[in-house]
Amino acid sequence: MIEVLYFAWLRERVGERSEMIETGAATVAELVNELRARSEAHALAFSDMTSVRVAIDQGMADMDAPLAGAREVAFFPPMTGG
Amino acid sequence: MTVSIQSTPFDMGAEVRRFAESVSGAGAVVTFSGLVRDDDGKLTAMEIEHYPAMTEKAVEKIRKEAMDRWSLLGAVVIHRYGQLEPGEQIMMVATAARHRADAFMAAEFLMDYLKSRAPFWKKEIGPDGEKWVAARDEDEDALARW
Repeated sequence: MIEVLYFAWLRERVGERSEMIETGAATVAELVNELRARSEAHALAFSDMTSVRVAIDQGMADMDAPLAGAREVAFFPPMTGG
Repeated sequence: MTVSIQSTPFDMGAEVRRFAESVSGAGAVVTFSGLVRDDDGKLTAMEIEHYPAMTEKAVEKIRKEAMDRWSLLGAVVIHRYGQLEPGEQIMMVATAARHRADAFMAAEFLMDYLKSRAPFWKKEIGPDGEKWVAARDEDEDALARW
């Protein structure tokens, strides 16, 4: 099981802050494909991947990063701190 | 205290004074404060969301990088989240060094990285609705100079 978290407009589009996902996905990109299939809202949230960033266990990662051993995967738009 | 992620306001004067007193041998303290900007008078509030489990870790990593790169005697970062009104202070950084060049450079570095590598997201709330602030290409490009 992986806990998937959403922030900012990804959270709003998906309509959830987090969800537990049973997945066999080997990479983030594979997980995204599984998530897209969950609902139209998910599909919309992940329709433009150029504005989606990902962190695995609170560290920034790439879409092709492996998920082996990951407990928490977070999706969010580019950060706007400062 | 070197990194604080908080919803409550902070007193910049008191924070800077405390910081300056905590670093011995400093000849320069540089401070920066970011405010909620209201460009066209139509901002009611700014909502700042963050990723609690990651934020402090990410900010501390940026702070440590600054400490490693420049000859600093100290650096602090305070960043707020939650709902803020126009004109309120969102965040501040302060750096201390023997000489000003290190303190200035480190403060700029901290700001550039906090903008695009600290997990905060700003949303503008106005009479016509809400809008997430989009990251700007210039902010990402700014990282290249370091």
